[in-house]
Amino acid sequence: MNIQINEQGNIVLISVVEERLDAHNSTDLKTRLLSLFEDGKNNMVINLEEVRFVDSSGLGALVSGFKNASARNGSLKLAGLQPQVQSMFELTRLHRVFEIFPTSEDALASFQP
Amino acid sequence: MSERIELDITLPKETRYLGLVGQIGESMARSLERFSGDREELAYHINLVLTEAMANAIQHAKEPSSTEVRITITLMHHKLIIKVFDQGQGFDLCTLAPPDASCLQEHGRGIFIIQTIMDRVIYRKLKGGHVLEMEKTLH
Repeated sequence: MNIQINEQGNIVLISVVEERLDAHNSTDLKTRLLSLFEDGKNNMVINLEEVRFVDSSGLGALVSGFKNASARNGSLKLAGLQPQVQSMFELTRLHRVFEIFPTSEDALASFQP
Repeated sequence: MSERIELDITLPKETRYLGLVGQIGESMARSLERFSGDREELAYHINLVLTEAMANAIQHAKEPSSTEVRITITLMHHKLIIKVFDQGQGFDLCTLAPPDASCLQEHGRGIFIIQTIMDRVIYRKLKGGHVLEMEKTLH
């Protein structure tokens, strides 16, 4: 999976540079997130602006990251959802679980006190 | 809509082909001669249903002898019928509870998504495997 990781202070910005987040590559994302948690990174923004399609496995990988961040008193926020991807969160009611921002800049700014 | 389309696809039992089967579904949705609804939404939904159903077949077809997944897509008399054949042990559609958002499960949303999008979903046993049949009326 092609992802870009940028650390900005104690926040990690993870940009998924894939058109699809599905059962083929979601395990890879989950593993990369777990590796960041093991390194002590607990505050994350996942930028999905390049992702046009997400399936239940992709949602599962994001839920896994969300649960791990919360368990470590951190938070995982989402940014840049395309309309059809946003509709997947609404269909599964996960839009009530995640904090979702229009852009990664907005999500990063939300961590500021 | 009087057009008739029948596609019969056989793919290796590997997740790397999910994108291909999804693209086939999207292209079919965009090429429909008469469809008055939201064409982009239909394209996404067919992509999603095919992706979820094929991933499900891969997951449940764990016998080493089964190396392929067969998918048929039929459009006839306003009805879209997708069938995904697997050679696995199968599962019980009725025992799959809808995901509980408060529990934040990582798995179990695939069949729920299919049931939400399609009008009718049946999973039945065949000789040597199972078939997941999904039907939706298009307007």
